[in-house]
Amino acid sequence: MAGICLLAWRTIAYYRARTFLLIAAITLTFFLPLATRWTIERFEGRANERASSTPLVIGVKGSRFGLAMHALYFRGESPEPLTQAQLRRIEETELARTIPLLVRFRARGFSIVGTTDAYFHFRGLSVQRGDNLQRLGDCLLGATVASRLGLAPGDRLVSEPENMFDLSGPTPMNLRVTGVLRPTGSPDDEIVLCDLKTTWIIQGIGHGHSVKKGPTDTPDAHSESNSHGHNASRENLTTSAEVTDENLQSFHFHGSSDTFPLTAIIAIPDSARSEALLIGKYLSTDEPYQIIRPVDVVDELMHSISQIRRLFDWLALLLAVVTILLVGLVVMLSIRLRRAEIRTMTLLGSSRTTIAGIVVAELSIVIAISFALAVILALAASSGSDMFVSRLASIPTLITSTQHRQINVAPAFVQPPRVPSVCLACLPASRQRIPCRSSNPWSDRWSIDWRPNRPTEFVRPH
Amino acid sequence: MIQVSELEFSYGSLDFQLRVPELAINRGEKVAIVGPSGLGKSTLLKLLSGILVPQHGTIRMGEVELEHFSDAARRRFRASKIGLVFQELELIEYLSVRENILLPYLIHGFSKKRTEIQVSAESLAAATGLADKLTRRPDQLSQGERQRVAICRAMITQPEYLLVDEPTGSLDSRAASEVLKLLFDQAERNKTTMLMVTHDSSILDHFDRTVDLAELQIADTSLEVK
Repeated sequence: MAGICLLAWRTIAYYRARTFLLIAAITLTFFLPLATRWTIERFEGRANERASSTPLVIGVKGSRFGLAMHALYFRGESPEPLTQAQLRRIEETELARTIPLLVRFRARGFSIVGTTDAYFHFRGLSVQRGDNLQRLGDCLLGATVASRLGLAPGDRLVSEPENMFDLSGPTPMNLRVTGVLRPTGSPDDEIVLCDLKTTWIIQGIGHGHSVKKGPTDTPDAHSESNSHGHNASRENLTTSAEVTDENLQSFHFHGSSDTFPLTAIIAIPDSARSEALLIGKYLSTDEPYQIIRPVDVVDELMHSISQIRRLFDWLALLLAVVTILLVGLVVMLSIRLRRAEIRTMTLLGSSRTTIAGIVVAELSIVIAISFALAVILALAASSGSDMFVSRLASIPTLITSTQHRQINVAPAFVQPPRVPSVCLACLPASRQRIPCRSSNPWSDRWSIDWRPNRPTEFVRPH
Repeated sequence: MIQVSELEFSYGSLDFQLRVPELAINRGEKVAIVGPSGLGKSTLLKLLSGILVPQHGTIRMGEVELEHFSDAARRRFRASKIGLVFQELELIEYLSVRENILLPYLIHGFSKKRTEIQVSAESLAAATGLADKLTRRPDQLSQGERQRVAICRAMITQPEYLLVDEPTGSLDSRAASEVLKLLFDQAERNKTTMLMVTHDSSILDHFDRTVDLAELQIADTSLEVK
């Protein structure tokens, strides 16, 4: 037997092109069903785990699947925004704790997730390197983000403009990396975590000012003292793209906090009854918002995926038939080509069984190598199932029902307010300025402390 | 000894028939089989080794009558008792010299201890000047060296009978004499009965006896070759 195996191995090593062809074909045949099955199982497990740990998600009516993927994985297109008012609406019911999410911007390909410290605790996140968020403009990196971008605490990360061609849009913000999160094996490894207020500043709702010193910096009728005590004029005042110790106090928001945008709200009811009551509040057909149970959405998704898997199974079967035919053809041709060596073995007293044994051993080795390769490749492919989720997130219409496919246009008031790159209104309105606290913003959630001292009208671009 | 009587063989569709009325070769005898091409010299070797089965007549190899054997038994007999050196060397290109020499054991399994067989292969290689070429492949050897590998492969099982078909046909005179010397040395050492088909009349003196198939036909009217 050892001799036959040696002969088989030598044949495989000698006829490399044939071996490569066989291994490639058989690997593909094994890979397709294995990768499909494992990817789906892994995705199912992860999706269920993530979904079951997220009781309810509230967002603007539209794709349920899109909203779930957005709130759980921060992928796919951002849903239409809702407002802080919705957050307060839920809080006022006292049925659930809430976690606001604003996931709209990206930094070097990774989603910037604006939220509060509640999310940090809700997901059981912890800082592995560096410190927690210290002030406005700080960010924490997920473990994958840090390793892929090669960033460490103290480094800087610039947000991407929402639209490359919108020159009047908010200036990309230079974020300070204060820490790196401990790996969790979840989508949280692939996010840039910021305070909600920081993401509003990225969006242009809030901003700070820097004084540009120059020849025009002379006192005149329009100038007044800024928060640092410098004389500044409208002409030499610019909005800041970076929070520094010097300009921290100059950051402020315009408009009523009730209009500030969120993309989703995670709601954590304190009981099943509270959950039912909260869901009931969003059942009206006139209701522009929807509430979803991510577990239900994932179940629907898995049902649809099982149908896709069946299609893949058929394809795999077809591929297996083609491969068997190919292997048969290759073996037949190879036996013809190896007639001389087979004759030698026959002359030396070898039986047909022995020669068949050599061919079977060859095929067994090739199949074993192919299977091992297919397993490795399938494991690698299934480990990227989070990417698979994001691909699925981009095809919500595949999953959602007709009713849920209806995409409502968000009310005008939730459109994100914009400020010009230089906010001329700030000088006369400086008394309305909202001081940004330099203390750890995680120390409080969105609260009255962070709201403007008094409601102000949205300052429109001049 | 080898005893052939009333042997008849034809290839069916081919216009060829071999008849050997009587042929006896003693144990340890070295016999050259000569004759013009097409008489059936190589076919006779194949009949003696059990590769072909005669339509008529008997072949006795020692105590064994081959016609009473099944195919499997003939193969086993050939593997264990007969060493074959073919006109075309039939070396396997993807095996090393060592593996080519050990090929009968690789196919049939190791009946002896593997280390003993390895030692036999190495001593055979040393005796034939292949000691430093054991890891090479046949395509890296000269024709003479390839012939020596084929002889080592035939001798590795220490066969009782050595059937050799035109071993010097493609060699120059020097290489041919080396190969012949090697064959005779090996056959002598193991007291092997050797039958060699050859066209080379200059080497016939080395043999105990020469059997000319054409003369045999004239001397004995029962031998006909069409």
